[in-house]
Amino acid sequence: MKITHLTSLVLLGTSLAACVTINIYFPAAAAEKAADKIIEEVWQLQKPAPERLNPGSEGQKAEKSTPAQSTQPQK
Amino acid sequence: MKKIISSSMLWVMVIAASFLSHVAYAAADIEVNTPAIAGIKQSMQQRHGQLAAHYSSGAVGLTADGMVAVRDANAVPLAARGGVNSVVAAENQDRAALYREIARANGHPEWEAEIRSTFAQRWIQKAQGGWWYQSASGAWTKK
Repeated sequence: MKITHLTSLVLLGTSLAACVTINIYFPAAAAEKAADKIIEEVWQLQKPAPERLNPGSEGQKAEKSTPAQSTQPQK
Repeated sequence: MKKIISSSMLWVMVIAASFLSHVAYAAADIEVNTPAIAGIKQSMQQRHGQLAAHYSSGAVGLTADGMVAVRDANAVPLAARGGVNSVVAAENQDRAALYREIARANGHPEWEAEIRSTFAQRWIQKAQGGWWYQSASGAWTKK
């Protein structure tokens, strides 16, 4: 039972220590993401929108699929 | 029996503590959605129309400390030179306020320098080809 107490205390201690450490260090990755978002807004940079290309590529696919279907009966 | 109860209570505390550490992880996100930051962003966005031409001509460049500076005044017609200086000064005022406000919005005013250096790298990273930027050594380089 003593061992359980000891491990609980150690775990509690490390968890609390983890809380403190996380808050002290500068979140570099999050800051970079936030900076990118602000820069994109200020400079009005638009990310390439692949969605816009989809209808066109789907149309091409549909066109391609018709000859493919026509070749199938020949086989 | 008491011992069992107290040890189970400790375990509950351990679980609670680990949950709290998760909350702290979530809070590691950078807060940028405050009215002050939105105002600065809008002001900078409006000014960008004027500055973009100067970035392209090489008159204004991006500095290594997250600001902008007049790099080559000769790239601007004589009559417009005063305008460049004032637009650069206004932009730098907004940029300094932006870095300060982001640090403050996250409850860590001491993060200002790190936020500034993060921005300095990202501005240059996202700059268009042909724009000028200052390398860490202070030399002007064309992207």
